[in-house]
Amino acid sequence: MDALLLARWQFAITSVYHFLFVPLTLGLSVLVAIMETIYVRTGNETYRQMARFWGKLFLINFAMGVVTGIVQEFHFGMNWSEYSRFVGDIFGAPLAVEALAAFFLESTFLGVWIFGWDKLSKSLHAAAIWLVALASNLSAFWILVANSFMQEPVGYVIRNGRAEMTGFFALLTNPHVLYQYPHTVLAGFTTAAFFVMGISAYHLLRKNHLDFFRRSFRLGLISGVISILLVVTVGHFQGQHLVSSQPMKMAAAEARWESRDPAPMSLVAVIDEKQQTNPFEIQIPYLLSFLSYNSFSGEVKGIKEIQAAYEDRYGPGNYIPPVTSVFWSFRIMVAAGALMLLLALLSLYLWRKGRLETKPLVLKAFLFSIPLPYIANTSGWYMAEVGRQPWIVYGLQRVEEAVSPVVSAGAVLTTLLVFTLLYGVLAVVDVYLLVKVVKKGPGETPAVPRVEDVEGVSLWT
Amino acid sequence: MDLNVLWFVLITVLFIGYFFLEGFDYGVGILLPFLGKDDGERRVLINTIGPFWDGNEVWLLTAGGAIFAAFPHWYATLFSGFYLALFLMLVALIVRGVAFEFRSKDDRPSWRSLWDWLIFVGSLLPALLWGVAITNLIRGVPINGQMQYVGTFWHLLSPYTLAGGMTTLLLFTFHGALFLALKTRGELEERARRAAVLVGAVAAPALVLLVFLSYSQIGLAGRAGATVAFWGAVVLLLAAYWLSRTGRYGLAFVGNGLAIVFSTVAFFSALFPRVMVSSLYPQWSLTIYNASSSPYTLKVMTIVALTLVPVVLLYQGWTYWVFRHRVGKEHLEY
Repeated sequence: MDALLLARWQFAITSVYHFLFVPLTLGLSVLVAIMETIYVRTGNETYRQMARFWGKLFLINFAMGVVTGIVQEFHFGMNWSEYSRFVGDIFGAPLAVEALAAFFLESTFLGVWIFGWDKLSKSLHAAAIWLVALASNLSAFWILVANSFMQEPVGYVIRNGRAEMTGFFALLTNPHVLYQYPHTVLAGFTTAAFFVMGISAYHLLRKNHLDFFRRSFRLGLISGVISILLVVTVGHFQGQHLVSSQPMKMAAAEARWESRDPAPMSLVAVIDEKQQTNPFEIQIPYLLSFLSYNSFSGEVKGIKEIQAAYEDRYGPGNYIPPVTSVFWSFRIMVAAGALMLLLALLSLYLWRKGRLETKPLVLKAFLFSIPLPYIANTSGWYMAEVGRQPWIVYGLQRVEEAVSPVVSAGAVLTTLLVFTLLYGVLAVVDVYLLVKVVKKGPGETPAVPRVEDVEGVSLWT
Repeated sequence: MDLNVLWFVLITVLFIGYFFLEGFDYGVGILLPFLGKDDGERRVLINTIGPFWDGNEVWLLTAGGAIFAAFPHWYATLFSGFYLALFLMLVALIVRGVAFEFRSKDDRPSWRSLWDWLIFVGSLLPALLWGVAITNLIRGVPINGQMQYVGTFWHLLSPYTLAGGMTTLLLFTFHGALFLALKTRGELEERARRAAVLVGAVAAPALVLLVFLSYSQIGLAGRAGATVAFWGAVVLLLAAYWLSRTGRYGLAFVGNGLAIVFSTVAFFSALFPRVMVSSLYPQWSLTIYNASSSPYTLKVMTIVALTLVPVVLLYQGWTYWVFRHRVGKEHLEY
């Protein structure tokens, strides 16, 4: 195997692995902050216990997100040095701002939150977790600004053989990030909501700590219904935007080989990438035009036509991403989202009727739905990143031009194997700990008495 | 001062922040198996850095991000060139980071001792590797005319760079021991004090040796600023050692902290205006001009950095104030 292919595998594995932990951090930080705020405002002990219990799960997950994030940051230089040279003028900026504006805030105040229960006033302590929540969601913004430049380059000029920044503000208002950011963050909130609901359902089924898990479930349900509705809505508009900004990605996601007006949409298809046809498909007429343009007519360009246009523009080459996997990743994401939406609406109805806990099947469904948002998140990013192929920066640089020329295949293989092994072991440990904490339940953490600290540290003796 | 120079200074500042702050938490990690006799003591030791280590590590991430943003060629050449060394460091930082969080979540002794050893290794490796890395930047590595590193992993190891690694390792360990002498009490405090005196006695000659080697290895003689900073670091370290022997650990901590600051300044000023020296041909070295971002990007990043760095210092300083007390066994989170 050559270094390029290995570097691609390494990037894929690290990114997918990293993003297993990030969405839960985004959403759960906010939920824990809400729990603690309710505790501060009402004085209800249950909410303090909730903040501690869910906070413990949050921390186990957070640690994994942080350490894999470090690899992400240094990856670009290690395996993709030519990419870093080509876009460093633009891409480095949001990464640096992320560290300065968000990551410092997040890490520092998380330390304050973990160790400050008996050192700070209640409201100041709650403020610490709000800062953590704010900072993680801010951090996502800066990372997505960087990623959006790869999807839809804006605010740049090609000069000195590289892309140089001409407008920082243009980067921040990249149309792509304006869809991608809410879509990603809301997906994170959905992930956290289903995480909380699934675990609460587990204990409600066993009649453990009923008051505690009813309240937890209710909080998860409210935030889950809101976020899943919004994530679907934003996703729809994002898709419409992609039709014009990355037509090849959308054409591949629909396996539309020929341009059509009006265009039907395939629900399922057997795809023959060699012959560039779909030998079998189940179609709904007009639907793709309607989804793309809110109208029953309108031409949706096909892969072949876009390929011809790109050859004119960028020279000979293959500009078609792996159609089958992009097509299916899109459908898996949508299907997982639809399932979550149905489940959330159904249980909202049951909850309002007061009948949720009489339906063990529904509660079980929640327990087994914990993986759903993870599947949706992963396949969504798969579609976004693989659908951009062969480009690393859309229209500007191809993946094979981006790889480090001085790193040998052997070196990449070594790091790939060790990282993957390490990730595998840590995933097992992580799940083991999460399950352990979940099964143990909230327990009775006593309110922490204020211990008087007598001995301060003096630097002058 | 043009922006390229300013960014070189800013990156130096970020590394100073990183070495000063994470320096002592690496030191605590390195001393963990030697000072903590039982689980309770090891928890106390870890908890002295509990609220801080993650925030301290962000100094490294910010330095990395700043190098990427301000000097993309430096970032690209360094990280692809020092590939395996960086990989080792990343593995160390991964296991160390999760170890702090995971160790307390299960109370089997074998579980705890496993993560404690990982904290030890995860602290030792970066403390050693940073010295190796920085001395390599300045001593010169094979970089060709296309700014590509053409050496191997073994090119990074030489007596001089290993001396660099040993020096950072010892400086950070001394820093950690002094920090513990301030943050623990009772028997642990006693042990930390003894460790400080012991490590300080080795750290001081190591730094002196490194400075002498630097004359022949990196042409220190022609660089007045770096020379002054180096000898300043030596004096401060000797002072810190003497202060620790006479029981003034607070001042010793400040002194050794300043020795770390001065050593960092010395290396970066010896490097300036280069950022990576080519051992093949001086003209192929990466400098703050040929490796930099465009003037526009530097300007944007300057505004961002000069606004945010003081704020970060302010709230990080505040957390050190909140957790200024000595740590005992009464309440432990990790």
